[in-house]
Amino acid sequence: MRSRLYLLTLAIFLLAAPFMFTARYSQHVLILVLLYVALGSAWNILGGFAGQLSLGHAAFFGIGAYSAAIIASKTGLSPWWGIIAGPIVVLPIALVVGWICFSLRGPYFTLATIAVGEVVRLVALNWSELTGGAVGVVIRTSGFSGTSKVPYYYIVLVTAGATVGLCKLISRSKLGYYLMAIREDQETAESIGVDTTKYKLIALAISASLTAVAGAFYANYFLFVDPTIVLPLALSVEIVLMAIVGGLGTVAGPVLGAVLLKLSSEIFRNEFAQANLLIYGALLILIILFMPDGLTGGFRRVAGLFGRKPRRVSA
Amino acid sequence: MFLLEVRNLTKRFGGVVAVDSLSFSVSAGETVSIIGPNGAGKTTVFDLITGFHNATAGEIIFGGSNLIGKKSHQIAKAGIGRTFQLVKPLRGLSVFENVLVGAFARTGDRGEARRIADDILEFTDLSSLRDSQADGLPIGLRKRLELARSLATGPKLILLDEVMSGLNPSESKQAIELIKRLRDERGISAVAGVEHVMQVVMSISDRVIVLNHGKKLAEGRPEEVASNPEVVAAYLGKPD
Repeated sequence: MRSRLYLLTLAIFLLAAPFMFTARYSQHVLILVLLYVALGSAWNILGGFAGQLSLGHAAFFGIGAYSAAIIASKTGLSPWWGIIAGPIVVLPIALVVGWICFSLRGPYFTLATIAVGEVVRLVALNWSELTGGAVGVVIRTSGFSGTSKVPYYYIVLVTAGATVGLCKLISRSKLGYYLMAIREDQETAESIGVDTTKYKLIALAISASLTAVAGAFYANYFLFVDPTIVLPLALSVEIVLMAIVGGLGTVAGPVLGAVLLKLSSEIFRNEFAQANLLIYGALLILIILFMPDGLTGGFRRVAGLFGRKPRRVSA
Repeated sequence: MFLLEVRNLTKRFGGVVAVDSLSFSVSAGETVSIIGPNGAGKTTVFDLITGFHNATAGEIIFGGSNLIGKKSHQIAKAGIGRTFQLVKPLRGLSVFENVLVGAFARTGDRGEARRIADDILEFTDLSSLRDSQADGLPIGLRKRLELARSLATGPKLILLDEVMSGLNPSESKQAIELIKRLRDERGISAVAGVEHVMQVVMSISDRVIVLNHGKKLAEGRPEEVASNPEVVAAYLGKPD
């Protein structure tokens, strides 16, 4: 009951936010935060629930972004079609990647995903006829007249909300429990009837498609894509950080992680000029030192100190 | 008609023959124990039946169909559950969630799966630990959780790898009681792998198979096996 009340309050706040924060820069930060909420949550389905740590998600983000940009520049259709085209292009690629990489376990899987990310980046860099190479692709307009950021805010709010909602549904379903079983022990999972290959592929397909949707939104928002913006390894790392700092494998984790990291990185950039990355790095170290299970784990422990019964008893 | 029929099962690891032309069968509702010292091939037999290893030769017929070439998860769905010698709890999950994952093998419906899981927790007397983290349980309870999780999948046959190892006398007694109830109350066949010739285990077994160096040394009713001179010599030591 109480959690419903919190959710309702949060929903009202999110819907009203663009009217409370009317400065264009504040709205821009809100949009970025929500974009990373979507990215962290999408990654979390594969990396957090299923325990398959991908460092190649920039590939799916970039393909989504390029889908939108290329549709607009080559066909003259609205770049918003990228939100549908992105996942359609990404799905077969993700399935091939999964088919190859899922025979690898642990760090070897992670290394393979880094390679996938680099391959996609190099393809984008060199397939100039399609991608414009290093020059990138400019989208003339996303269709919204004027310079207001409010429409983008609501679109990314729906994207992030749907992604988090889907995570919540998955976490309570058979799929979610199967993914967690795979994360904890693949042999045990097989012994109780879990087709581990199939479920890992399902997790990858969902995760990659949602990431592509976020990528397509990004292209519409910035009206420009090139390999250094939408396909760098640093982006893959940043997505993973949101989930790890927030709390791996929890629904709230990537949300909290994105809010904290994205807000603080913007604030530090304004307050500390050149030192902003130093402070940001220090913050990351502090969180990882003192909250090894991420923010959600930390909050749970603090709640425990104040006598509220934690949901899970840790050993 | 047997529930499980193993014919001439052979497994070689390089030059080592871990299982050598082994044949045995299990009927519905029967409790069989496989005894043999460490390295006799018990775990390999379980791994072969459940698809964790591929057999070099031989057939494994379960409920009329051949399991050779099937994947582990398909074999689990077909109705063979197993526990592991080194218990493998799903560490980050609670006792209830461990069993719930097993129950999802029978149904995609969350409510139905939860009902099955609670029933199994009741049956295995783990209800009081429902919300504890699996990671923190002592070995005896972890072994029981291992069995509970497998039971939740609704097996017709359950393979128990080293059910007794590491248990203290009172835990052993509880484990024996539980295996007996599997057969008596749920009609589930069990094959229990046991390292030592334990009177308690033999007492609940309908049949005992003795393995040595991957070969069947003897088979029969517990009292026959216990008095078989060869078995006595190999496992119980020579009588004075």
